Amino acid sequence: MLTAILVLAGIGLVLGAVLGWAADYYKVEEDPVVEKIDAILPQTQCGQCGYPGCRPYAEAIAKGEADINRCPPGGEDGIQRLAELLGVEAKPLGEGLEPKLKSVAVIDESTCIGCTLCIQACPVDAIVGASKQLHTIVADQCTGCELCLAPCPVDCIAMEVIPARLDNWKWRYPVIRLKQAA
Amino acid sequence: MRKLHTFNGGIHPPEHKAESNAAPIASLPLLPRYVVPLSQHMGHPAAACVQPGDRVLRGQVIGLPEGRISTAVHAPTSGIVSAVEMRTLAHPSGLPGLCVVIESDGDDQACPTPPLDWHGLPQADVLEAVRHLGIAGLGGAVFPSAVKLDKGKAGHIPTLILNGSECEPWITCDDRLMRERADEVIQGAAIMRHLLGAETVLVGIEDNKPEALAAMTAAARGAGFPVEILAVPTLYPSGGAKQLTQLLTGLQTPTGLLSTDIGIQVFNVGTAASLYRALVLGQPLISRVVTITGHVARPGNFEVRLGTPIQALIEAAGGALPGASGQIVGGPLMGFELEDEQSPVAKSVNCIIVKHPALFPPAPPTLPCIRCGQCALACPAELQPFELYWYAKAKAFDKTERYNLFDCIECGCCSYVCPSHIPLVDFYRFAKSEIRARDKDSQAAQIARERHEFRQFRLEREKREKAEKLAQKAAGKPASGAAAADDPEAARKKAILQAAMERAAKAKEGVQPQNTDNLAPAVEQEIQAIEARRQGTDASTPPPEGDKSPVSTP
Repeated sequence: MLTAILVLAGIGLVLGAVLGWAADYYKVEEDPVVEKIDAILPQTQCGQCGYPGCRPYAEAIAKGEADINRCPPGGEDGIQRLAELLGVEAKPLGEGLEPKLKSVAVIDESTCIGCTLCIQACPVDAIVGASKQLHTIVADQCTGCELCLAPCPVDCIAMEVIPARLDNWKWRYPVIRLKQAA
Repeated sequence: MRKLHTFNGGIHPPEHKAESNAAPIASLPLLPRYVVPLSQHMGHPAAACVQPGDRVLRGQVIGLPEGRISTAVHAPTSGIVSAVEMRTLAHPSGLPGLCVVIESDGDDQACPTPPLDWHGLPQADVLEAVRHLGIAGLGGAVFPSAVKLDKGKAGHIPTLILNGSECEPWITCDDRLMRERADEVIQGAAIMRHLLGAETVLVGIEDNKPEALAAMTAAARGAGFPVEILAVPTLYPSGGAKQLTQLLTGLQTPTGLLSTDIGIQVFNVGTAASLYRALVLGQPLISRVVTITGHVARPGNFEVRLGTPIQALIEAAGGALPGASGQIVGGPLMGFELEDEQSPVAKSVNCIIVKHPALFPPAPPTLPCIRCGQCALACPAELQPFELYWYAKAKAFDKTERYNLFDCIECGCCSYVCPSHIPLVDFYRFAKSEIRARDKDSQAAQIARERHEFRQFRLEREKREKAEKLAQKAAGKPASGAAAADDPEAARKKAILQAAMERAAKAKEGVQPQNTDNLAPAVEQEIQAIEARRQGTDASTPPPEGDKSPVSTP
């Protein structure tokens, strides 16, 4: 009887020590879920979710503070993938948020006064220019976040929807006829 | 004789080869205008190197290769460039692409291109020449041949396979080419063999082309190196690169690897002929053989200059017969509907089929999948098409990838055998392009993330630097004093400054600030009395009580 208790207590102690050591030795510095969520988010850094960038939003989702349907640029596909990752039900895009076509910002160069306000607003440094010099947007790096629109004092920035081109064209979802047409 | 192997599934659709394979390859009269697309090959489009108004000669480079996977584009005839603009292309999207429009001057004057000593020159020079002669795979995928001919780190690729199967119904351009230009094909194979360092050269031709087999066998006898001409059983898609490889060698290309990884490179017979013409005859790729068949007056094969409007090709075949209902570019199983008849013939266009409802009846209504498994039996890539269909339909793209969607060669066997008439391949194409777009988006997101993080870091650094600067400015005096210690001139100045400051401090001490000017003598006396009292209390030890409460001071 006593032996059994001692043996079991011994095993418990040894395993406990191993677990304690492992918890310390294999400690994960950062919350891996945040990384995974951040990898799904589109990195537009637009703040439409109400957080100052994609990573803060990812952190908020990981903490359970934010819903998964607050990201319009991620779209339905993004919500679907977040739902799969977190094991929750996918839901439609949150209230007050609307999905938009992918666009890039374009500066009307005849109106630009070179105030640099948009440069300061751009979250990905996709605008080049200097004080009292014409600004321009590097279209390849523009995420279409629209953060440069509001600060412009002369309203010379407009969003242009990216048109279908040979290099970004996609096959459509097949529409199949289920009934013989009359 | 080499033992042939088999691949899974396959289908036997009606061949429809006899319509167009009887007449020899004809040529088209010179047209007044050619519209040459700059994106005729897989990879990066060529960059236009001519401007409107430039005079060009036949075979002159009008588009330079850009990037690793790219190839040059040449003028099909001599004339004046009238525009470099967007024109509708023969592409499933029907979208426009950048084209060079050439108004021909009727002279058809050639740009002299010297033949290349491919045997003597270093490998890299020959590959660069192939790249600048515009050679791309003419079987349909139009992959730049210079990239495929680079044996790279492997050192050598032991097996070269020439694909003359031409398994898709209606198409006969390779059949005619092999019958009429077998020597050119074999000469091209010699160049390929040399560049790849191949020991074995195999040519696979479906046994429904006995004339082509005979012509190629005859040409192979005089090749000067061993070439095996092999008749493969007529079974679609024996002309798929992976299927032909499996038929001839029994080897399968593993998922995610290239055929070169198992020591095999596959080229179309037309590509071999065009390589010979380019390197030995000095003729860049400006034309190709195209089959025009279906509901036209005189179906046949034509040597068509690239940039010829498809409309002109149909007219050369006697025009579409009444009742025609559109055109297919490519074959009936893998091709696509042409949106605009004015679209030009490009390197990828091997066949134009003019449709008629009797030849191509509209697809019957689609029924739900009954899980019969016919598609899996027919699939030459040994996939599970019905599973792929469900997942693609549900947009579960991760699942489709897990079921090896990217091994699908889009041959259309599954759709052909499906008793429910489900356009299965359309779903796979949709899923593939969605996955590619998603990968592209996630790459862009990765760049955006890095740029955003760097910006955060930069702002943080700027803030810190500003704060440091301010702190340094605030601590500026002691800092400059320490620096002056070892400079005698500065030390002297500092001493003077110090002395002046001390003098000023002494003078300040001496003067008691009194905001009491022009006072009445009585008030002045009172002040003096108070001052005297204050001096007195300062001098003597203050009484303990008085220190605490000034009120008690007498």
